[in-house]
Amino acid sequence: MPEIKVTPLGAGQDVGRSCILVSIAGKNVMLDCGMHMGYNDDRRFPDFSYITQNGRLTDFLDCVIISHFHLDHCGALPYFSEMVGYDGPIYMTHPTKAICPILLEDYRKITVDKKGETNFFTSQMIKDCMKKVVAVHLHQTVQVDEELEIKAYYAGHVLGAAMFQIKVGCESVVYTGDYNMTPDRHLGAAWIDKCRPDLLISESTYATTIRDSKRCRERDFLKKVHETVERGGKVLIPVFALGRAQELCILLETFWERMNLKAPIYFSTGLTEKANHYYKLFITWTNQKIRKTFVQRNMFEFKHIKAFDRAFADNPGPMVVFATPGMLHAGQSLQIFRKWAGNEKNMVIMPGYCVQGTVGHKILSGQRKLEMEGRQILEVKMQVEYMSFSAHADAKGIMQLIRQAEPRNVLLVHGEAKKMEFLKQKIEQEFHVNCYMPANGETTTIFTNPCIPVDISLGLLKREAAIGPVPDAKKPKLMHGTLLMKDNSFRLVSPEQALKELGLAEHQLRFTCRVHIQDPRKEHETVLRVYNHLKGVLKDYSVQHLPDGSITVESILIQATAHSEDQGTKVLLVSWTYQDEELGSYLTSLLKKGLPQSTA
Amino acid sequence: MAAHLKKRVYEEFTKVVQQQHDDLSSKKLRLTKPSKSAALHVDLCKATSPADALQYLLQFARKPVEVESVEGVVRILLEHYYKENDASVRLKIASLLGLLSKTAGFSPDCIMDDAINTLQNEKSHQVLAQLLDTLLVIGTKLPDNPSVRMRLVEVACKHLTDSSHGVRNKCLQLIGCLGPVEKGVTKEAESQAAKDVQKIIGDHFNDQDPRVRTAAIKAMLQLHERGLKLQQAIYSQACKLLADDYEQVRSAAVQLIWVLSQLYPESIVPIPSSNEEIRLVDDAFGKICHMVSDGSWVVRVQAAKLLGSMQQVSSHFLEQTLDKKLMSDLRRKRTAHERAKELYSSGEFSSGRKWGDDAPKEEIDTGAVNLIESGACGAFVHGLEDEMYEVRIAAVEALCMLAQSSPSFAEKCLDFLVDMFNDEIEEVRLQSIHTMRKISHNITLREDQLDTVLAVLEDSSRDIREALHELLCCTNVSTKEGIHLALVELLKNLTKYPTDRESIWKCLKFLGSRHPTLVLPLVPELLSTHPFFDTPEPDMDDPAYIAVLVLIFNAAKSCPTMPALFSDHTFRHYAYLRDSLSHLVPPLRLPGRKLVSAPVSPSITPHEDPSQQFLHQSLERVYNLQHLDPQGIQELLEFTIRDLQRLGELQSELAGMADFTATYLQCQLLLIKALQEKLWNVAAPLYLKQNALASAAAKQILEETYKMEFMYSGVESRQVVIIHHMRLQAKALQLIVTARTTRGVEPLFGMCEKFLQEVDSFQRCFISELPHMQGSFVDKLLDLMPRLVTSKPSEVVKILQTTLRQSTFLHLPLPEQLHRATANIIEPTGESDNPLRFTSGLVVALDVDATLEHVQDPQGTVKVQVLYPDGQAQLIHPKPADFRNPGPGRHRLITQVYLSHTAWTEPCQIEVRLLLAYNSNRSKASARNPKSTWSESLEALPPSENGIEGTIPFSKPVKVYIMPKPARR
Repeated sequence: MPEIKVTPLGAGQDVGRSCILVSIAGKNVMLDCGMHMGYNDDRRFPDFSYITQNGRLTDFLDCVIISHFHLDHCGALPYFSEMVGYDGPIYMTHPTKAICPILLEDYRKITVDKKGETNFFTSQMIKDCMKKVVAVHLHQTVQVDEELEIKAYYAGHVLGAAMFQIKVGCESVVYTGDYNMTPDRHLGAAWIDKCRPDLLISESTYATTIRDSKRCRERDFLKKVHETVERGGKVLIPVFALGRAQELCILLETFWERMNLKAPIYFSTGLTEKANHYYKLFITWTNQKIRKTFVQRNMFEFKHIKAFDRAFADNPGPMVVFATPGMLHAGQSLQIFRKWAGNEKNMVIMPGYCVQGTVGHKILSGQRKLEMEGRQILEVKMQVEYMSFSAHADAKGIMQLIRQAEPRNVLLVHGEAKKMEFLKQKIEQEFHVNCYMPANGETTTIFTNPCIPVDISLGLLKREAAIGPVPDAKKPKLMHGTLLMKDNSFRLVSPEQALKELGLAEHQLRFTCRVHIQDPRKEHETVLRVYNHLKGVLKDYSVQHLPDGSITVESILIQATAHSEDQGTKVLLVSWTYQDEELGSYLTSLLKKGLPQSTA
Repeated sequence: MAAHLKKRVYEEFTKVVQQQHDDLSSKKLRLTKPSKSAALHVDLCKATSPADALQYLLQFARKPVEVESVEGVVRILLEHYYKENDASVRLKIASLLGLLSKTAGFSPDCIMDDAINTLQNEKSHQVLAQLLDTLLVIGTKLPDNPSVRMRLVEVACKHLTDSSHGVRNKCLQLIGCLGPVEKGVTKEAESQAAKDVQKIIGDHFNDQDPRVRTAAIKAMLQLHERGLKLQQAIYSQACKLLADDYEQVRSAAVQLIWVLSQLYPESIVPIPSSNEEIRLVDDAFGKICHMVSDGSWVVRVQAAKLLGSMQQVSSHFLEQTLDKKLMSDLRRKRTAHERAKELYSSGEFSSGRKWGDDAPKEEIDTGAVNLIESGACGAFVHGLEDEMYEVRIAAVEALCMLAQSSPSFAEKCLDFLVDMFNDEIEEVRLQSIHTMRKISHNITLREDQLDTVLAVLEDSSRDIREALHELLCCTNVSTKEGIHLALVELLKNLTKYPTDRESIWKCLKFLGSRHPTLVLPLVPELLSTHPFFDTPEPDMDDPAYIAVLVLIFNAAKSCPTMPALFSDHTFRHYAYLRDSLSHLVPPLRLPGRKLVSAPVSPSITPHEDPSQQFLHQSLERVYNLQHLDPQGIQELLEFTIRDLQRLGELQSELAGMADFTATYLQCQLLLIKALQEKLWNVAAPLYLKQNALASAAAKQILEETYKMEFMYSGVESRQVVIIHHMRLQAKALQLIVTARTTRGVEPLFGMCEKFLQEVDSFQRCFISELPHMQGSFVDKLLDLMPRLVTSKPSEVVKILQTTLRQSTFLHLPLPEQLHRATANIIEPTGESDNPLRFTSGLVVALDVDATLEHVQDPQGTVKVQVLYPDGQAQLIHPKPADFRNPGPGRHRLITQVYLSHTAWTEPCQIEVRLLLAYNSNRSKASARNPKSTWSESLEALPPSENGIEGTIPFSKPVKVYIMPKPARR
């Protein structure tokens, strides 16, 4: 039985460090190669030794696919390719390829320069790694090798995020990466066609959430920001440099313009400018509105949003600051948070998901006193708000995607176990498909039932199609022929041709059967009676009485001889070929019943 | 063997046929004159290769064919068809057959048999499809011939088994268009066939080709459109098609489901996976709601649009469309509804607004929760959040239609509509504001909703702001804070965009009159009065202050206690505003002041308006007194005209009527005056001056008649007759004057002839109205017509003169509604002292913003005229897109006018005005009521050469200061 094996090295019943191994029809594919934000030790990267203890990974993996540029999906890539060693192709979309190195470089700087870690990948490694990347377009089918092909679908979420279909023969897997089913201010909604994969690997960050209308959220967000600014407070919005940040920027920018507000908006510098540049470039990946209006004005050319300088944090008066990173676990956002936390006029808005163990998670779950590095206690007086702006599909969105793609099996990753459990139940009950949720390192095996294409000669097809009722393309049809397996190809040919090709002589197979009939009359009379009887019963067949005293029914031969011992018993010899098995056995059973008694 | 034999037979047979045809056609050719068909035949015979033949056919197809020769051409084509081996040529012939059968006046039943015969031996699928298309054309040309149709349908049914999708497609289309729809016709067979048609089409719902499936559904819809009642059994089939892989199938299936839901709303269908049943319309509604989250946006738009027209759906289903969280399957309402509610109040799903509220709670019975088969759930939430604005607009429209029929739903959808005011696409915002206005009678805005609504007032788009003002005019606000908020925001809007003045005042007028009790407690604050101190008197010209006063005065109208709160200057201001802005400030009963308008209280309004009475009385007076001495008539007319003009100024709703009649009377007066000159019998040259007066009068009458005809909306044919009659009189006058002043007879001949032609065309146009015109100029003239035609010009003139004098004065009946087209240029204001500087030779764009009222078809008639100081005039045609239609009878022209001139030494003023273009051929009346006998006869006329085109200025000119500078070298 062919099977698809899936082993998450990361993101199995967990968020972060996405890395999933898939082996399908003899091909091994690695989906995403991310880092974990909650750890600073070895656990931050997937355990690649699972794949091979020693030796190059290239021998074991056919390709690596990166779904989008978030670090929890691509953070371990330079480590994986340069330090562990992988030379095969890495696939990602064009925007991802453009933005990914910026983020990796930033990540490297924080880890090496700030935290002083050694034995980390270098800038050169990032560059080398990016050289191995093959960029793909949306809906472009890329042949990795002769059998393995991949295709990208739009996923929303962040600029350049894609879902990937991996296909070998008729077996296929769709990996969603992170996706969003509701469009936002700058990106459209994920879309996939009815590709009916054998397995859909879906993220499930918001497995138990069904979010309010997007507009409510936007309005709430704007209202909160506006109120705080009018009060003279400062608003801190921790974001990841790319993705949500751009959406919120567009939101605030248009709002500021409409309401004619003067309070400054800052965006912590560094990556932003470079990244915004890419946003301006990849207009085709954004939503309808931006695509249609960019000729007049590119939405990513902000008027009100300026670059942030560290000194600005101490300025008096209201301001709004977007700062990285999004979970308040390090960097500038944490610094600003420390400065502003003590004032109850200020506000921090967490626009997305926070991993357990980060400061963001702590303050969201209600902690008011935080223990910082160096045993400092920080009292949080500022208001803490949570607005779910994270562009992940909610429960309904996940269900919608499953409905669109119609997979035969579903596998959930990138979510918390308990929530997955709930969604798994729903999926199984709703779509009647199997749903899996393996933990990290746990292998799930899915048996598939792939169809095997077979070539059929036109002559045979026409001949067979002519028999029986008009063919209905939607229904399976039974055909007779010979299956030839030759040179790794399958062909269905007529028996004669098969014999010819294989150089075999045809053998006739005949069944012969004797039937005893009690009939005192002469042989030829018996034959006549049998003939009349058969003629009466088998009206649709050609029953012939040959001059030599035998009867033929189609190709079946019947001869009668008197029994050597008992003249009253006649022996009917019925002989038929293998092809006429059906009719022959019918005839024997008919004759065994005996002839009708009265032949008046 | 048999097959072979058959083939041979056919071969021989076809050969024989060819031979015969050849003979036949050659005979025919000799009979008919060298016609199209002959030429074609020759061409086709000449053709050596299929490519050649194709070329000839293509050329032939470019020219039209007369009705008489169609049949001949068809025969020739058919003959070549049989001979032709090349499929592409046959295809072209087949398509030509279709084209030819479309020829007006040609009855294609004679070629039907041949057309059907061609089908039999055709092998090419493409040609077959084209032939079926031809048959479809033939069938549609013979609508009342059931037997032909039956035959064609049979032919189509036969070809339904074809292996090509194109042929099957066409067959289905043909069956859909021609299939019998009359049910219960006398014959049993026919009703049988009708049933069959549905079954045949239904069988192809499962065809392997998506295009054929689509065609099948479309054919079914076509049958429905033609009046066949579809069977309910199709419903389940159609439901299956909703899950089709192809978007065009799904899109058509959604339509079919909608049709069925309208046909059988109340029948009961079972819910699969449970043993309960629901109404079909509810089920269909759920299914279509489901399609709002389809993968293809075309289907989504389709589904969202159709939702709006499903008004029979039960209210609990309707309300679910707005609820995304209520995920349980509410269809099993009796059993699960209550439990489901508890589930959600216990928070199984998080809303995403609070952190951590999605932490898993205790085990719950998940059986009751259904994530996706939940039908109607949240369809509109999805639709309104869709990526494509087309879907969002469709959803807003549907929301509007449903809310109009269900007040409770209107209340619920309010939040969503308000949210849509912040959409990123302006069109969507505008649409949702309009929607809100349409359902405003059902709703009251809460303060927070009002807040969101008012925030949009800062929008930079004028359309949005004005739509919002209209919305505020008819909204209900629940609290006094709400009113205050609205006022503050409107004033902010006023300072930001001063051009919105009028619209804001109007908005406040309605806001005040709707909420008198809410305004009352605000009055002291708004007027900034103080119990002890006198406050400074506000500036009377401040638009913001006027806005506040408009709000207060309108509220005070139905709140008698309010004036007590006014301070002295408020009363003064009231008096001033009542006079200057009478349309915004209502009459008030103020304590201690006798107001003239006080007696004109609502008690009289049920009766006829006194001013209307006055209008009619004065008119009757004029019409009755036609036999007074001329002097008396003149005086009476002068007085009446003066009265009417004043009346028009005072009563805006009667202005159109009063002006119209005044103009008419003015014409009459001019005519009488011109005829009264007692100089007609003296030799002409001596009285040139007086003649000048008469000819000027004639000219003016002509102008006025054009104004009357084209500047008023609501003019009916009865009035048009009178107007034309007046014009005819003016022309007669002109003729007489010219006859008197010119020497020589030569030019007169032409003029007389022209005049008589006009009389003639008048008679033809208005023949039905003539009986009402006894004693009139035309009446008399027509009696004398035989004499006129034969007599010399000088005699004609004489006759005309006497008839003109003797003729009576025609009564001008008044239509129900009459409005004068007016235009008001808002921008440029003409107040600026700063000249608009630009380099000479280059172009400067001047923004022009004007409101037009009662202009029909402004796109075609309204022009902008620019007059330069050197007398040069420029006429600009605004683009059709520059006109907006904010309300019935109102238009708004927002356009840019490009100015250019050579260099001037100093700035100077140019004049900008709006003109109404008219064309006497394309009379307004004919466009409006094409059914009237008058216009029919007019249309029958060949376009007369003397159709007069001209323009009427209908706005006050505005002066713009400009300065073209010489270009710097």
